[in-house]
Amino acid sequence: MARFDPYENNGGTCVAIAGAGYCVVAADMRLSVGYSILTRDHSKIAHLADKCVLASSGFQGDVKALQKNLAAKELVYEHNHNKKMSCPAMAQLLSNTLYYKRFFPYYAFNVLGGLDSEGKGCVFTYDAVGSYERTGYSAQGTGATLMMPVLDNQLKSPSPLLLPARDAVTPLSEAEAVDLVKDVFASATERDIYTGDKLEIVIINSSGSRRECIELRKD
Amino acid sequence: MAACGDGFYGNNTGTREHTLYPYVTGTSVIAMKYKDGVIMACDTGASYGKTLRYKSVERITVVGKHSLIGASGELSDFQEILRCLDELTLIDHMCDDGNSMGPKELHSYLTTLMYNRRNKFDPLWNSVVIGGLKKGSHGDEKFLGMVNMIGTHYEENYIATGFGNHLAMPIFRSEWREDMTFEEGVKLVEKCLLVLLYRDPTSINKFQVAKITSEGAAIYPPYSLKTYWGFSAFKNPTKDSSIEGSMKRLSLSDPAQTFEHFVAVSRNV
Repeated sequence: MARFDPYENNGGTCVAIAGAGYCVVAADMRLSVGYSILTRDHSKIAHLADKCVLASSGFQGDVKALQKNLAAKELVYEHNHNKKMSCPAMAQLLSNTLYYKRFFPYYAFNVLGGLDSEGKGCVFTYDAVGSYERTGYSAQGTGATLMMPVLDNQLKSPSPLLLPARDAVTPLSEAEAVDLVKDVFASATERDIYTGDKLEIVIINSSGSRRECIELRKD
Repeated sequence: MAACGDGFYGNNTGTREHTLYPYVTGTSVIAMKYKDGVIMACDTGASYGKTLRYKSVERITVVGKHSLIGASGELSDFQEILRCLDELTLIDHMCDDGNSMGPKELHSYLTTLMYNRRNKFDPLWNSVVIGGLKKGSHGDEKFLGMVNMIGTHYEENYIATGFGNHLAMPIFRSEWREDMTFEEGVKLVEKCLLVLLYRDPTSINKFQVAKITSEGAAIYPPYSLKTYWGFSAFKNPTKDSSIEGSMKRLSLSDPAQTFEHFVAVSRNV
């Protein structure tokens, strides 16, 4: 008989790339269950603060609960500190929120992107229980294993062991980074059944944020 | 298991009963938006495992002034959901502020309800479809959404739960258009219901269609669809074995005949 499973994987992939004065955060818009597609028009991106955007894939129930949780905590922070949360502050909060449910985890694979307090792009990548790292770029979700090698090849992040410490953010322009994101999603869509339908791209820079929606293969 | 309420990790619900399996279940609910609002339909059967136990179950009801709720899955959990919604709409009505809960609010409430029950490892074993319309900032705003037993939720122009997800969704995706009339909508919904009747083993030939518009909600009395079983191969299965789809009468005592049949069938693949 059917045993109750509190988790399901609704699929999807999230990507973020940090640049000198911008950050690109993107996720596909397909919501799946098993071999079925529930909807082709479902956003995985949450705007937590004006310079901080979270993209999460995994179990949609947990993703939505997590994003709602963080949005509420951000609002409390704003009321207490009279300013919006910075991206690095949100990064730590997300890690703590995930670890809080260490023994019944949020099945959410997150990529947090935005601008740090100096206006430089930052990307934080997480696992389901909160271990995180600031990087120049990252992908999470069902298509991540297909995308990361391509991103590694194109974005050539310098080794963190080098002295003096090199900047992890890419020297690519904003338009080039957006094109790379489109290419990398087109590739992942070919081979990952859970990625496809539509791509939602959010670009954050000093003048604010804008949103682009691109069609992807629907099969 | 670490996270369940068995009392092991100090979560002191060790003696509580949790939902483990569904017992009396309803099958698919399908729904779609059309020009004036939302149409929702399902059959009126409820099964007890493999037995068709109840044949006149209403699995779609009106909630408040603006919404239709339909559910597949465990019937008693659906009745529990309706009880929660009754309480909700009563409190909403008692506020007496001229505002009443719309389908969006109900969808949000049900998402929270189902997700929280899932967190306690005691789910309401249902897939709930919420449809309706309410006046918003852009005039009458139609809404159609679904929540499942672990809290996965979404909005779409057409929804189908259970078997409907596999059988009815392809039909909707191919034939649904924006702004269909009520007649066109019912025709499309009946097409889906017919496919479900033929291919879903737990469905029965007794359906209810409901609609909700700005004028209000209407749940139509149950009716049956015409089915066709007059295929020649069904009428006399062994008559003419050269007809496509007919079954050749096998003489199992003659190995040559059975082998010949086996070869013929495998060549046709």
